[in-house]
Amino acid sequence: MRVVLRNQGREVEISGRRRVKELLAELGVLPETVLVIRGRELLTIDEVVREDDVIELRPVISGGGAA
Amino acid sequence: MKCRKCGGRAVLELRRHNTAFCAGDFLDFFRHQTLETIRRWKMLSRDEPVLVAVSGGKDSLALWDVLLEAGYTTAGLYIDLGIFDYSRESKARCQAFAAGRDARLIVVSVAEEVGAGIPQVKDVTRRPTCSACGLSKRYIMNRAALDHGFGVVATGHNLDDEAATLLGSTLRWDESSLARQTPVLEATHPKLVRRVKPLFRTSERETAAYAFLRGIDYIVEECPFARGATSITHKEVLNRLEDASPGSKASFLTTSLERARPRFQAAEPVDLRECVRCGQTTTGEVCAFCKLSDQVRRAGEAPSKTHAARCSQTLQT
Repeated sequence: MRVVLRNQGREVEISGRRRVKELLAELGVLPETVLVIRGRELLTIDEVVREDDVIELRPVISGGGAA
Repeated sequence: MKCRKCGGRAVLELRRHNTAFCAGDFLDFFRHQTLETIRRWKMLSRDEPVLVAVSGGKDSLALWDVLLEAGYTTAGLYIDLGIFDYSRESKARCQAFAAGRDARLIVVSVAEEVGAGIPQVKDVTRRPTCSACGLSKRYIMNRAALDHGFGVVATGHNLDDEAATLLGSTLRWDESSLARQTPVLEATHPKLVRRVKPLFRTSERETAAYAFLRGIDYIVEECPFARGATSITHKEVLNRLEDASPGSKASFLTTSLERARPRFQAAEPVDLRECVRCGQTTTGEVCAFCKLSDQVRRAGEAPSKTHAARCSQTLQT
Protein backbone atom coordinates (compact mmCIF):
# COMPACT_ATOMS: atom_id res chain seq x y z
CA MET A 1 0.00 0.00 0.00
CA ARG A 2 1.01 3.59 -0.46
CA VAL A 3 1.17 5.68 2.74
CA VAL A 4 1.27 9.44 2.31
CA LEU A 5 2.82 11.22 5.27
CA ARG A 6 1.35 14.66 4.87
CA ASN A 7 3.56 17.60 5.95
CA GLN A 8 6.67 15.43 5.90
CA GLY A 9 6.36 15.53 2.13
CA ARG A 10 7.08 11.85 1.70
CA GLU A 11 5.38 8.61 0.79
CA VAL A 12 6.28 5.06 1.71
CA GLU A 13 5.31 1.76 0.11
CA ILE A 14 4.39 -1.01 2.51
CA SER A 15 3.48 -4.52 1.45
CA GLY A 16 0.86 -6.77 3.00
CA ARG A 17 -2.37 -6.16 4.91
CA ARG A 18 -2.35 -5.19 8.56
CA ARG A 19 -4.22 -3.25 11.20
CA VAL A 20 -3.85 0.53 11.32
CA LYS A 21 -2.42 0.20 14.82
CA GLU A 22 0.41 -2.01 13.48
CA LEU A 23 1.04 0.28 10.52
CA LEU A 24 1.43 3.30 12.81
CA ALA A 25 3.75 1.39 15.14
CA GLU A 26 5.97 0.36 12.20
CA LEU A 27 6.22 3.98 11.10
CA GLY A 28 6.82 5.22 14.65
CA VAL A 29 3.69 7.40 14.61
CA LEU A 30 1.58 7.83 17.75
CA PRO A 31 -2.17 7.34 17.05
CA GLU A 32 -2.99 10.53 18.98
CA THR A 33 -1.00 12.66 16.51
CA VAL A 34 -2.68 11.80 13.20
CA LEU A 35 -5.91 11.21 11.36
CA VAL A 36 -5.77 8.04 9.29
CA ILE A 37 -7.61 8.69 6.04
CA ARG A 38 -8.57 6.30 3.22
CA GLY A 39 -10.31 8.15 0.43
CA ARG A 40 -13.09 10.12 2.11
CA GLU A 41 -13.24 8.05 5.28
CA LEU A 42 -11.49 8.06 8.63
CA LEU A 43 -10.12 4.78 9.98
CA THR A 44 -9.95 3.63 13.59
CA ILE A 45 -6.82 1.87 14.82
CA ASP A 46 -8.34 -1.61 14.56
CA GLU A 47 -9.31 -1.29 10.86
CA VAL A 48 -7.42 -3.49 8.41
CA VAL A 49 -5.69 -1.76 5.50
CA ARG A 50 -4.93 -3.69 2.33
CA GLU A 51 -2.25 -3.95 -0.31
CA ASP A 52 -4.03 -1.72 -2.84
CA ASP A 53 -5.05 1.02 -0.37
CA VAL A 54 -3.75 4.59 -0.42
CA ILE A 55 -3.58 5.85 3.16
CA GLU A 56 -3.00 9.45 4.22
CA LEU A 57 -1.56 10.14 7.65
CA ARG A 58 -2.63 13.70 8.33
CA PRO A 59 -0.90 15.30 11.33
CA VAL A 60 -3.13 17.04 13.86
CA ILE A 61 -0.47 18.91 15.83
CA SER A 62 -0.45 22.60 15.07
CA GLY A 63 0.76 25.75 16.63
CA GLY A 64 3.74 27.58 17.89
CA GLY A 65 2.76 30.60 19.95
CA ALA A 66 -0.55 30.75 21.68
CA ALA A 67 -2.93 33.21 20.09
CA MET B 1 -14.71 -1.05 16.26
CA LYS B 2 -18.37 -0.08 16.71
CA CYS B 3 -20.03 3.21 17.51
CA ARG B 4 -20.97 3.37 21.18
CA LYS B 5 -24.30 5.01 20.40
CA CYS B 6 -25.69 3.32 17.30
CA GLY B 7 -23.54 0.18 16.92
CA GLY B 8 -22.57 1.16 13.35
CA ARG B 9 -19.02 1.26 12.01
CA ALA B 10 -16.88 3.66 14.07
CA VAL B 11 -14.62 6.20 12.36
CA LEU B 12 -12.85 7.58 15.43
CA GLU B 13 -11.80 6.02 18.71
CA LEU B 14 -11.42 8.27 21.75
CA ARG B 15 -9.18 6.34 24.10
CA ARG B 16 -9.45 8.83 26.95
CA HIS B 17 -13.21 8.34 26.96
CA ASN B 18 -12.82 4.60 26.29
CA THR B 19 -15.25 4.92 23.40
CA ALA B 20 -15.66 5.22 19.63
CA PHE B 21 -18.21 6.90 17.37
CA CYS B 22 -19.53 6.76 13.83
CA ALA B 23 -19.33 10.02 11.84
CA GLY B 24 -22.78 11.32 12.73
CA ASP B 25 -22.59 10.50 16.41
CA PHE B 26 -19.06 11.93 16.68
CA LEU B 27 -20.26 15.24 15.20
CA ASP B 28 -23.09 15.31 17.76
CA PHE B 29 -20.65 14.46 20.56
CA PHE B 30 -18.28 17.24 19.46
CA ARG B 31 -21.04 19.86 19.26
CA HIS B 32 -22.49 18.81 22.60
CA GLN B 33 -19.08 18.91 24.33
CA THR B 34 -18.36 22.40 22.94
CA LEU B 35 -21.76 23.86 23.82
CA GLU B 36 -21.71 22.22 27.25
CA THR B 37 -18.29 23.78 27.93
CA ILE B 38 -19.68 27.18 26.91
CA ARG B 39 -22.62 26.70 29.27
CA ARG B 40 -20.71 25.36 32.27
CA TRP B 41 -18.03 28.04 32.11
CA LYS B 42 -20.55 30.82 31.27
CA MET B 43 -18.45 31.75 28.23
CA LEU B 44 -21.12 33.22 25.95
CA SER B 45 -24.71 34.34 26.14
CA ARG B 46 -27.14 33.91 23.29
CA ASP B 47 -27.86 37.63 22.92
CA GLU B 48 -24.21 38.74 22.82
CA PRO B 49 -22.38 38.86 19.46
CA VAL B 50 -19.07 37.00 19.52
CA LEU B 51 -15.94 37.69 17.51
CA VAL B 52 -14.29 34.39 16.53
CA ALA B 53 -10.55 34.64 15.88
CA VAL B 54 -9.88 32.43 12.86
CA SER B 55 -6.54 31.38 11.44
CA GLY B 56 -7.64 29.12 8.61
CA GLY B 57 -6.66 26.09 10.71
CA LYS B 58 -8.86 23.24 11.89
CA ASP B 59 -9.54 24.45 15.43
CA SER B 60 -10.79 27.98 14.83
CA LEU B 61 -12.85 27.03 11.76
CA ALA B 62 -14.38 24.06 13.63
CA LEU B 63 -15.29 26.40 16.49
CA TRP B 64 -16.82 28.97 14.16
CA ASP B 65 -18.79 26.19 12.44
CA VAL B 66 -20.23 24.93 15.75
CA LEU B 67 -21.19 28.46 16.86
CA LEU B 68 -22.86 29.25 13.54
CA GLU B 69 -24.74 25.94 13.56
CA ALA B 70 -25.89 26.62 17.12
CA GLY B 71 -27.29 30.01 16.10
CA TYR B 72 -24.83 32.36 17.80
CA THR B 73 -24.39 35.82 16.27
CA THR B 74 -20.78 35.82 15.13
CA ALA B 75 -18.19 37.50 12.97
CA GLY B 76 -14.80 36.05 12.12
CA LEU B 77 -11.56 37.94 12.66
CA TYR B 78 -8.64 36.95 10.44
CA ILE B 79 -5.28 38.45 11.33
CA ASP B 80 -3.01 38.55 8.29
CA LEU B 81 0.47 37.82 9.64
CA GLY B 82 2.18 38.42 6.30
CA ILE B 83 3.86 35.00 6.33
CA PHE B 84 4.24 34.46 2.58
CA ASP B 85 2.18 31.64 1.00
CA TYR B 86 1.10 30.36 4.43
CA SER B 87 -0.82 33.57 5.15
CA ARG B 88 -2.19 33.85 1.61
CA GLU B 89 -3.56 30.31 1.74
CA SER B 90 -4.93 30.53 5.27
CA LYS B 91 -6.67 33.82 4.47
CA ALA B 92 -8.23 32.32 1.33
CA ARG B 93 -9.63 29.44 3.42
CA CYS B 94 -11.17 31.82 5.95
CA GLN B 95 -12.70 33.89 3.15
CA ALA B 96 -14.11 30.78 1.46
CA PHE B 97 -15.50 29.47 4.78
CA ALA B 98 -17.21 32.81 5.50
CA ALA B 99 -18.54 33.20 1.96
CA GLY B 100 -19.97 29.65 2.00
CA ARG B 101 -21.94 30.40 5.17
CA ASP B 102 -22.80 34.01 4.41
CA ALA B 103 -20.86 35.03 7.54
CA ARG B 104 -19.03 38.28 8.18
CA LEU B 105 -15.22 38.20 8.15
CA ILE B 106 -13.08 41.09 9.43
CA VAL B 107 -9.48 41.12 8.16
CA VAL B 108 -6.70 43.01 9.96
CA SER B 109 -3.12 43.05 8.76
CA VAL B 110 -0.15 42.91 11.17
CA ALA B 111 1.89 44.84 8.61
CA GLU B 112 -0.54 47.76 8.82
CA GLU B 113 -0.71 47.66 12.60
CA VAL B 114 2.91 47.12 13.59
CA GLY B 115 4.70 48.41 10.49
CA ALA B 116 5.88 45.07 9.13
CA GLY B 117 4.74 41.48 8.76
CA ILE B 118 5.90 38.72 11.12
CA PRO B 119 8.89 37.70 8.91
CA GLN B 120 10.34 41.22 9.31
CA VAL B 121 9.29 41.55 12.96
CA LYS B 122 11.19 38.33 13.72
CA ASP B 123 14.42 39.96 12.54
CA VAL B 124 14.17 43.04 14.74
CA THR B 125 13.08 41.59 18.06
CA ARG B 126 14.87 39.35 20.51
CA ARG B 127 11.57 37.68 21.31
CA PRO B 128 11.05 34.19 19.84
CA THR B 129 9.02 34.52 16.63
CA CYS B 130 5.98 32.74 18.11
CA SER B 131 6.07 35.09 21.10
CA ALA B 132 6.10 38.26 18.94
CA CYS B 133 3.35 36.77 16.80
CA GLY B 134 1.24 35.84 19.85
CA LEU B 135 1.69 39.32 21.33
CA SER B 136 0.57 40.93 18.06
CA LYS B 137 -2.44 38.63 17.76
CA ARG B 138 -3.63 39.26 21.34
CA TYR B 139 -3.31 43.02 20.88
CA ILE B 140 -5.08 43.06 17.51
CA MET B 141 -7.86 40.74 18.75
CA ASN B 142 -8.65 43.03 21.64
CA ARG B 143 -8.39 46.19 19.57
CA ALA B 144 -10.53 44.81 16.73
CA ALA B 145 -13.20 43.65 19.19
CA LEU B 146 -13.37 47.12 20.76
CA ASP B 147 -13.38 48.86 17.37
CA HIS B 148 -16.22 46.70 16.07
CA GLY B 149 -18.31 46.62 19.25
CA PHE B 150 -17.75 43.04 20.43
CA GLY B 151 -17.53 42.31 24.16
CA VAL B 152 -16.09 38.83 23.74
CA VAL B 153 -13.53 37.06 21.55
CA ALA B 154 -13.57 33.27 21.14
CA THR B 155 -10.36 31.50 20.12
CA GLY B 156 -9.78 27.94 18.93
CA HIS B 157 -7.31 26.94 21.66
CA ASN B 158 -7.72 23.21 22.22
CA LEU B 159 -6.78 20.77 24.98
CA ASP B 160 -3.34 20.13 23.48
CA ASP B 161 -2.58 23.86 23.18
CA GLU B 162 -3.60 24.51 26.77
CA ALA B 163 -1.83 21.46 28.22
CA ALA B 164 1.37 22.38 26.33
CA THR B 165 1.21 25.97 27.61
CA LEU B 166 0.67 24.66 31.13
CA LEU B 167 3.62 22.28 30.84
CA GLY B 168 5.86 25.13 29.61
CA SER B 169 4.78 27.40 32.47
CA THR B 170 5.22 24.61 35.02
CA LEU B 171 8.71 23.75 33.81
CA ARG B 172 9.68 27.38 34.54
CA TRP B 173 7.33 27.72 37.54
CA ASP B 174 6.19 30.90 35.86
CA GLU B 175 3.73 32.07 38.52
CA SER B 176 2.35 34.91 36.43
CA SER B 177 1.52 32.62 33.48
CA LEU B 178 0.10 29.95 35.78
CA ALA B 179 -2.19 32.56 37.34
CA ARG B 180 -3.33 33.89 33.94
CA GLN B 181 -4.04 30.63 32.12
CA THR B 182 -7.78 30.02 32.11
CA PRO B 183 -10.52 29.13 29.58
CA VAL B 184 -12.28 32.42 30.44
CA LEU B 185 -10.23 35.58 30.70
CA GLU B 186 -12.63 38.11 32.17
CA ALA B 187 -12.66 41.74 31.09
CA THR B 188 -11.00 43.22 34.16
CA HIS B 189 -10.61 46.67 32.58
CA PRO B 190 -12.92 48.78 30.39
CA LYS B 191 -10.40 48.51 27.52
CA LEU B 192 -10.23 44.74 27.75
CA VAL B 193 -12.73 42.37 26.14
CA ARG B 194 -13.48 38.91 27.54
CA ARG B 195 -11.57 36.06 25.87
CA VAL B 196 -12.93 32.51 25.89
CA LYS B 197 -11.67 29.12 24.71
CA PRO B 198 -14.68 26.83 24.11
CA LEU B 199 -12.48 23.98 22.75
CA PHE B 200 -10.17 23.74 25.76
CA ARG B 201 -11.52 20.29 26.68
CA THR B 202 -11.27 18.98 23.11
CA SER B 203 -8.14 17.32 21.73
CA GLU B 204 -6.49 18.39 18.50
CA ARG B 205 -7.33 15.03 16.98
CA GLU B 206 -11.00 15.59 17.73
CA THR B 207 -11.06 19.05 16.13
CA ALA B 208 -9.18 17.69 13.09
CA ALA B 209 -11.71 14.85 12.80
CA TYR B 210 -14.63 17.28 13.14
CA ALA B 211 -13.22 19.55 10.42
CA PHE B 212 -12.56 16.58 8.13
CA LEU B 213 -16.00 15.04 8.62
CA ARG B 214 -17.72 18.42 8.12
CA GLY B 215 -15.81 18.95 4.88
CA ILE B 216 -14.16 22.13 6.16
CA ASP B 217 -11.27 23.10 3.90
CA TYR B 218 -8.65 24.07 6.50
CA ILE B 219 -4.94 24.68 6.10
CA VAL B 220 -3.10 21.48 7.03
CA GLU B 221 0.38 22.86 6.40
CA GLU B 222 2.21 24.11 9.45
CA CYS B 223 3.27 27.73 9.94
CA PRO B 224 6.89 27.80 8.69
CA PHE B 225 7.98 29.59 11.87
CA ALA B 226 6.42 26.97 14.17
CA ARG B 227 8.91 24.28 13.13
CA GLY B 228 11.06 23.43 16.12
CA ALA B 229 8.97 25.61 18.44
CA THR B 230 9.22 24.64 22.10
CA SER B 231 5.43 24.34 22.39
CA ILE B 232 5.47 21.61 19.75
CA THR B 233 8.11 19.70 21.71
CA HIS B 234 5.86 19.98 24.77
CA LYS B 235 2.94 18.63 22.74
CA GLU B 236 5.03 15.66 21.62
CA VAL B 237 6.02 14.86 25.21
CA LEU B 238 2.39 15.08 26.32
CA ASN B 239 1.30 12.82 23.46
CA ARG B 240 3.75 10.16 24.65
CA LEU B 241 2.21 10.39 28.11
CA GLU B 242 -1.28 10.26 26.60
CA ASP B 243 -0.36 7.17 24.59
CA ALA B 244 0.84 5.37 27.71
CA SER B 245 -1.97 6.66 29.89
CA PRO B 246 -5.05 8.01 28.05
CA GLY B 247 -6.59 11.00 29.79
CA SER B 248 -3.28 12.40 31.07
CA LYS B 249 -3.53 15.69 29.16
CA ALA B 250 -7.07 16.43 30.30
CA SER B 251 -6.27 15.48 33.87
CA PHE B 252 -3.12 17.65 33.93
CA LEU B 253 -5.06 20.67 32.70
CA THR B 254 -8.32 20.34 34.60
CA THR B 255 -6.73 19.55 37.96
CA SER B 256 -4.39 22.50 37.51
CA LEU B 257 -7.35 24.81 36.84
CA GLU B 258 -9.19 23.47 39.89
CA ARG B 259 -6.39 23.18 42.41
CA ALA B 260 -3.26 25.07 41.36
CA ARG B 261 -4.46 28.21 39.59
CA PRO B 262 -6.39 29.69 42.54
CA ARG B 263 -3.17 29.64 44.59
CA PHE B 264 -1.14 31.39 41.90
CA GLN B 265 -3.92 33.92 41.36
CA ALA B 266 -3.89 34.86 45.02
CA ALA B 267 -0.15 35.48 44.87
CA GLU B 268 -0.21 37.49 41.63
CA PRO B 269 -2.51 40.51 41.70
CA VAL B 270 -2.36 42.32 38.36
CA ASP B 271 -2.56 46.11 38.20
CA LEU B 272 -3.76 47.09 34.70
CA ARG B 273 -3.51 50.62 33.35
CA GLU B 274 -3.74 52.23 29.93
CA CYS B 275 -0.70 52.51 27.69
CA VAL B 276 0.31 56.19 27.52
CA ARG B 277 0.84 55.79 23.78
CA CYS B 278 -2.07 53.76 22.38
CA GLY B 279 -4.53 53.54 25.28
CA GLN B 280 -4.66 49.72 25.34
CA THR B 281 -4.13 47.88 28.61
CA THR B 282 -0.67 47.23 30.02
CA THR B 283 1.02 46.67 33.34
CA GLY B 284 3.69 49.30 32.59
CA GLU B 285 3.81 52.78 31.06
CA VAL B 286 4.08 51.70 27.43
CA CYS B 287 2.54 48.44 26.23
CA ALA B 288 4.58 45.62 24.70
CA PHE B 289 2.92 46.12 21.32
CA CYS B 290 3.99 49.80 21.13
CA LYS B 291 7.52 48.74 22.11
CA LEU B 292 7.52 46.14 19.35
CA SER B 293 6.26 48.74 16.90
CA ASP B 294 9.13 51.04 18.00
CA GLN B 295 11.65 48.28 17.36
CA VAL B 296 10.31 47.81 13.84
CA ARG B 297 10.47 51.57 13.20
CA ARG B 298 14.02 51.88 14.54
CA ALA B 299 15.09 49.01 12.31
CA GLY B 300 14.12 51.13 9.34
CA GLU B 301 10.95 49.41 8.35
CA ALA B 302 8.04 51.60 7.30
CA PRO B 303 6.30 52.96 10.42
CA SER B 304 2.83 51.65 10.99
CA LYS B 305 0.42 54.24 9.67
CA THR B 306 -2.58 52.73 11.40
CA HIS B 307 -0.91 52.31 14.76
CA ALA B 308 0.85 55.71 14.63
CA ALA B 309 -2.44 57.44 13.79
CA ARG B 310 -4.16 55.73 16.70
CA CYS B 311 -1.38 56.70 19.10
CA SER B 312 -1.59 60.36 18.06
CA GLN B 313 -5.41 60.29 18.42
CA THR B 314 -5.06 58.84 21.91
CA LEU B 315 -2.54 61.49 22.91
CA GLN B 316 -4.78 64.28 21.60
CA THR B 317 -7.83 63.12 23.58
